[in-house]
Amino acid sequence: MSTLSHPVDLLRFNTCGSVDDGKSTLIGRLLYDSKSLMEDQIEALERSADITGGGQINLANLTDGLRAEREQGITIDVAYRYFATPRRKFIIADTPGHVQYTRNMVTGASTANLSIILIDARQGVIEQSRRHAIIASLLRIPHLVVAINKMDLVDWSHERFLEIQDQFEEFLPRLDIKDVKFIPVSALNGDNIVTASPHTPWYPGPTLLGHLETVHIASDWNLTNFRFPVQWVNRPNNPTDHSLHDFRGLSGQVSGGVVKVGQKVMVLPSGFTSTVKQIWTIDGPLEEAFSPQSVTLVLEHDLDISRGDVIVDASDLPGASNELHAKICWMAPRPLTAGRQFLLKHTTQTVKAAVTAIEDRINISTFDKETEVAELSMNDLGEVRIKTAKPLVYDGYGTNRLTGSFILIEPGTNATVGAGMLLPPIEAARPEYKDFAI
Amino acid sequence: MKSYHLDHLDYLETEAIHIMREVASEFELPAILFSGGKDSICLLRLAEKAFRPSDIPMPFLNVATGHEFPELLEFRDRRAKELGAKLIIRTVDEALEKGLAVQAPGQISRNQLQIPVLLAAIEEFRFDACIGGARRDEEKARAKERFFSFRDSFGQWDPKNQRPEIWNLYNGRLNPGENMRVFPLSNWTEMDVWEYIKREKLEVPSIYFSHPRKCVRRHGQWQPYTELLPPKATEEVKDLIVRVRTIGDIISTGCVESPATTVDDIIAEIAAARVTERGSRADDKVSEAAMEDRKKAGYF
Repeated sequence: MSTLSHPVDLLRFNTCGSVDDGKSTLIGRLLYDSKSLMEDQIEALERSADITGGGQINLANLTDGLRAEREQGITIDVAYRYFATPRRKFIIADTPGHVQYTRNMVTGASTANLSIILIDARQGVIEQSRRHAIIASLLRIPHLVVAINKMDLVDWSHERFLEIQDQFEEFLPRLDIKDVKFIPVSALNGDNIVTASPHTPWYPGPTLLGHLETVHIASDWNLTNFRFPVQWVNRPNNPTDHSLHDFRGLSGQVSGGVVKVGQKVMVLPSGFTSTVKQIWTIDGPLEEAFSPQSVTLVLEHDLDISRGDVIVDASDLPGASNELHAKICWMAPRPLTAGRQFLLKHTTQTVKAAVTAIEDRINISTFDKETEVAELSMNDLGEVRIKTAKPLVYDGYGTNRLTGSFILIEPGTNATVGAGMLLPPIEAARPEYKDFAI
Repeated sequence: MKSYHLDHLDYLETEAIHIMREVASEFELPAILFSGGKDSICLLRLAEKAFRPSDIPMPFLNVATGHEFPELLEFRDRRAKELGAKLIIRTVDEALEKGLAVQAPGQISRNQLQIPVLLAAIEEFRFDACIGGARRDEEKARAKERFFSFRDSFGQWDPKNQRPEIWNLYNGRLNPGENMRVFPLSNWTEMDVWEYIKREKLEVPSIYFSHPRKCVRRHGQWQPYTELLPPKATEEVKDLIVRVRTIGDIISTGCVESPATTVDDIIAEIAAARVTERGSRADDKVSEAAMEDRKKAGYF
């Protein structure tokens, strides 16, 4: 599709750290040392250094954008940063590490390929670090980097580095994280961020940026199970082009797998089957499309299909049920209790839903499950049972982040109050109309 | 084996198309804010990609200050016509006449005055969503904004009370009188925009390319000479070969000296640039929190 001479891919990562771990300084350092900062930004930094910093440039001021944050000296929301090197483009979701802001971390992590956990070398692994690793694991972020920061303050001790690595690895077996990289850094001084540090001859690995530029991300999307939630029915009303008179396209984003012209597909929940006649795009028809491309499918048969229906490979069916089992991150001040009703948005449909039971809460420090839980408070993570007014067609979140996730919306306020990750379905979808052949 | 891999522009494009289709599906009366500037030009291309072969199912809205570059207005009108879209224009002049907006004594820039005009247009047409071309890399306050940016019934943005945005699930639900601003280009950088213009072979207004222009040295930058804000005796006036990097209205847009006559030249220039694009916008320089304050008041 690309006409660029040097195709560049995109890595999305998020940073987690406690208030004083130097997270903003780390990002400032990445931007500064990779020459992604411009003169007027440096000028603005110097201006604020003169006012508040006693002349010392504070790299954290680059990311702490809102006035409220500068006044309090903490990051209060997810902020997005952009930089590029000749090898890759990067999107950083900078999420605050303060304990009550788990919801922001979940937000920033939900689209990330990689997560950077920052640990203060003097303090070692603290509850915060474990919490971040647990969230990264629950959200199935494929890659994790543990940046052990402020190494200059522990005299670049290799022993201390190994000690912290041990502390971290102790609870790693319980998590779903396959790729972890430990890097000793000093964000303030720039050691091992972009250039290798002279203080760590005992560390043979890449710098932080070197790792970000080379980590393998091509297989981070599900390319196995074809899923296409219909987003918008594309039906030209008064086409000037007569060949489009009968055009009925189904527009959406491929949320899993690959679709090919001629492929036999099923529409769920109805169960109608058909064949892909055309993959329409304004740039011309495609032979095949893959996740996460946005395309318009034309099927052989003119079926009654609307937004919220899911087109899938006829021989590889997802689950379908109106009784769901999910992990949830609660994001609202009003606690979640069993019996409460919400709107649930999953792929392209929104349905009424009731939380029927809270099964447990995850102790974020120990990763143990606490049962006999009456409610989930803001920033709690736990497992719940949900009943929906209409069956959902879904996959387990571990198989597909797009068809396995949902949000809960509170009626009245319309606030987004929960982020849910579905456990694998127990049974495959059963079409409403069996043996229905056209 | 075939590699199913998207490059960065493909990724940004599919993300933006997905968002535009969500808007078309979940809102009753959406509009696209179209100024004729480079970001909104990309928006229109994405709208074509999202909705063709159907018509783009929403009108274009432009809030004009009355201080625009003439080249921009010509382009805006022509482009809307080419795409067969309905273009709605509401102007600051009209709003001043009707008393919807009031100019502060001595205020020359009409940037602030766009706010009441936009809010009045939203009310007049009952728009529940306005798609804009803002990008997070433009400015620090923008960096914290969501794709779906909720505005209360006064059009205000509350940065501390934003809806979390998780995966690709956008919550577009509103109560009456509330409004959504939607920014499909949130994750795009200035470079991405130009690379996309190049890839899609999109036409842009001529003032993005170098041209001769009489300029005035003001606030450490060259600004277009205009009768709206005549130069003071102390200000240097010079004929230069310039282009604009970002288009505000004619009195707040800085010109950069540049020989760039093609999109390729512009891309090369940005790659070597040492200041950000907003560095040439006088309206953002007022204070470090200038954008934050305008957004809270209902700005785009």
